[in-house]
Order: sequence, then C-alpha cells, then structure tokens
Amino acid sequence: MKVLVAVKRVVDYNVKIRVLPDKSGVDIAGAKMSMNPFDEIAVEEAVKLKEANLVSEVVAVSIGSAAAQEVLRGALALGADRAVLVETEADLPSLNVAKLLKAVVHKESPQLVLLGKQAIDNDAGQTGQMLAALLNWGQATNASAIKLEGAAVEVTREIDGGLETVALSLPAVITADLRLNTPRYATLPNIMKAKKKPLDVIAADSLEVDLRPRIKTISVNEPSPRKAGVLVPDVKSLVERLRNEAKVI
Amino acid sequence: MGILVIAEHDNRALKSATLNAVSAAVMMGPDVHILVAGKNCADVAATASRVGGVTRVLCVDADTYASVSPEDLAILVASIAPGYSHIVTAATAYGRNFLPRVAVALDVAQISDIVGVLAPDTFVRPIYAGAALATVQALDDVKVVSVRSTGFDAAPCGGNAPIETLAAPRGCGLSRVLGQKLTSSSRPELTAARVVVAGGRALGSSENFKIIDALADKLDAAVGASRAAVDAGFVSNAYQVGQTGKIVAPELYIAVGISGAIQHLAGMKDSKLIVAINKDPEAPIFQVADYGLVADLFQAVPELTAELG
Repeated sequence: MKVLVAVKRVVDYNVKIRVLPDKSGVDIAGAKMSMNPFDEIAVEEAVKLKEANLVSEVVAVSIGSAAAQEVLRGALALGADRAVLVETEADLPSLNVAKLLKAVVHKESPQLVLLGKQAIDNDAGQTGQMLAALLNWGQATNASAIKLEGAAVEVTREIDGGLETVALSLPAVITADLRLNTPRYATLPNIMKAKKKPLDVIAADSLEVDLRPRIKTISVNEPSPRKAGVLVPDVKSLVERLRNEAKVI
Repeated sequence: MGILVIAEHDNRALKSATLNAVSAAVMMGPDVHILVAGKNCADVAATASRVGGVTRVLCVDADTYASVSPEDLAILVASIAPGYSHIVTAATAYGRNFLPRVAVALDVAQISDIVGVLAPDTFVRPIYAGAALATVQALDDVKVVSVRSTGFDAAPCGGNAPIETLAAPRGCGLSRVLGQKLTSSSRPELTAARVVVAGGRALGSSENFKIIDALADKLDAAVGASRAAVDAGFVSNAYQVGQTGKIVAPELYIAVGISGAIQHLAGMKDSKLIVAINKDPEAPIFQVADYGLVADLFQAVPELTAELG
C-alpha cells in the first residue's frame, strides 16, 4: 500500500515576520524557510507506518517553486522513498492546491493521503478536507492517533471539547495534529541518502487543472500593537489595579 | 440572495460561536438563514429562531445527523446552497472540518477565520499566527466563509424567525463517529468566558494545575493552557489556547507560568486585559501584558486566590 504525504515550504515557525512597507504582503526575502511543522508530523507518521510494515511506499509531494525541492529532500531524509514536486511560482489558494494534489493522486494511486492540518503561513486549514471532497473520499482531520488495520482506519481526532474517534475505510485523507507524534531528526547519513532518492518535477500547467485566481489580496497590515503594560511589585498591588484601575474584578 | 449560516450544536443547545458567526453574516447581507441539522434538535431550532438578525431557520432532523460526519453535512449544505450568496459558519473544529468540502461541492474558494467584513466580498483575516492581517477579496460568485468568534460580538436575542423543516438527503457513509471523550467541566466555556486563567509548563504537573483551578473558581473563569502544558499531559487538549488551539478574547486573561511563544500569543492577544505571572522577567508574555508580576507562581497564585476571597 502506498501513502502520499503532502508537504509545504513555509517561513520557519521561529521567524518573526514583517509586513512589507507597501502593504502588498509579508517580507519573506532572506527568511529561513522550513517544512510546515504539521506536514513534518504527517511525514513522520507515514514513515512510522512503513516501519511497522503497514505501508510499502511513502511518496512525498509538494506544490510550489523550485525551492520547495529542499523541503522534499527533508521529507526524503526523514524516510520518504521518493518525491514529486508540482512546480509553480503562483501563490495558490487551497482549492487550487487541492486540485493539483488530486491530479497527483490520480497518477500515484495511493490508498492514504496524509497532510498537516494547516500551514502556518496562511493558516487556512482547508487543503486536506478539499482534497478528500474532490476525491469523494472520507476524511479525518486533526488526528492525534491513527490505527491502520487492513482497509480500515480508526483515527482519534482533537476536537473543541476533547477527543473524537472516527472509523474510515481506505482510501482516505488524514490531517495531522500536533500530538500525533514527535518527528525524528534527520541523521547525516539519511540526509546524504536523501540526495540520491528520486525527485520528479512536474510543471503545474501540464496537469490540466483549473488554476484561475480565486482570492485577491487587497492589502496586508500589521495588527494594532498593544500598549505597553506595567510591572506590579506584588500580588496586593495587582489586585488593587484589577479592582480600581481596570475594574475587571 | 441570502446568507446561510450553519449552526453548531449538540442537539440540545446552540454553541455560542454560532452567534458570533450570525453577527458576521448580518454584515454580509440582509437575509440571514440558519441551518440546524441534527437529530431531535427542535430545541436548538427554536433557540436559533430567536437570534437577532435571523430571518428563517431551516431544520433538518434525521438519524444521519445524530452525530454528523463532515462528509454528510457538506452534502446537505451543498444541496441547500443554491440561492445563497454566502455560506458561513464558525471557525471551530466542527466548522473547519466540513466547510472546505462545501467549497469543493460549489467549486469556490473558502475564506477561513475572518475577523472583519469590509464589503460583502471583502474580508479581513489573520495570517502568520496573527502577525499580520490580510484584507482579501473573494472572486467567486458564492462566498464560503468561516468566522473567528473573537472578531465579532455575539448576535443578541430578539428574533422571531419562522422554522422550516427540510428533508434530509441520503448520507454517504464515508466516515462514522465511534465515540467522543469530552472534557466535562462546570466552568464557563473557554471561548466564551469573561475571564480565563491559563497555565503553562512551569506548573510542572497536572496535580499542580489545581492552583489554577482554585483561582479560576474564585473568578468564575474558564481554565486554559499553553501547548507545552498540554503536550506534557498536565491537562487535556480541550484547554489549549493558541494558533492551533482555541482563540480566546476574554475581558481578563491571566497567564500563569506561560512564557508567551508567538503561537500562544496568537490565541489570546486580543484579550481586553492581560495579566502575566512569570518568574522570568525576560519572558515575552510581559510584552503583551497590561499588568505583569515577576514572581514564583507557586507563591503568587495562591496569594492572589486568597486576596480575592
């Protein structure tokens, strides 16, 4: 059984981003880029399934510019067998990304697609659900545990009030939440090995997918900053200020 | 062309986030309808009919929706969608799960987590964990939008909308809920509480979280936690506040032993008043706190609880 894992190249989660002076977007020139952390968890889970002999092949896929090859090499270093880059310079909305992924699914015929539950750049949280809907597959988002048994899969999901368990039959799409696993670090030998693993590049335009723009960004602004606060010396003065200054208690 | 809001509920009560979504919907156009899909959900439909700004309630009561799958809910919404200019729901775990499938069924983009409505097709939404606010225009004919509760006040009571019963389309059976393990609490709901007391990794254990509980009880507050505290197993994931947890904006947020990673700040920095208690004066939480107290939380929190007595 084959698993497809989708990964996105994003600004590293530790980078403090800045809005461009012309408000056209955020300044990512020169920023450290990494694999979206939730996608890294998805890769780790796929590799674990392979190590448990539940999966025979793990294929990593990314939609993005040529630079996304680094992120795919990262997935290969974590244990993916091969990689596919659907190359495009365009900043695509989730719907278009999902349509490209659907085209890749049709080429690769995986039984399971794993992705992060959201990308930490645009925080949309749509791609997995959209891909599942385009394929007319079942879905389990925000997974914190995956139990695969033959063609059936049981997923524990993080929901607002706690946890929910859902049953799906394969093929299916599962999106990874934080507590699904802790991704391993790529070892140097595995990073070297990853350089030799196959990485195919497909032009997005060649997949005959409707990629018309769907969302126009009018402007990007800094949120209004909070005014500077004060340090209080002790609990008594804190209570005093909460009561008499802020009047919240 | 009306606005369709999909209600979130547990067949007994309407979730408060739906009221915030209605407020956003009212800003998109005049004719706001609410869909209540469930099993034995007449009480929820009745509540929805009294929400201010709602002009019609659509109620679908069927076994399929007793614990509704995102696949089946999306099929239902898509079947009702023709005639609506906007499909709107709260950006909760529930809304996030099914709404993208509705967008696919309509072949339109989705705008997630809006915090502002500037025009019927133009919305403001946070990106990069709230480090920037994007103003975006949806170019598709139908706008599919999820609403971040903290961006909008709850819609008031005062409506008297007619309730129309609709037949349910067949379910697709692609997924099935086996069970839920919900954190039960007598405290206010985290996303709707007036006061939130949140604890971080510095608490050290789930046993020590009791001092957070005691303070929360005194203030009739909800309890929250940082990701680190949830990862460490001190409390359930239902408590997590942050970019990937719950987004809260209470009148008072008390952060205890939380350093203030940007991912946590993303979930609480719109709170009206922020108090931080941390023994590290360099902790980034102090940069967003209105009142900061550099102290050992194991002394300061019980003392604060006692002072409030």
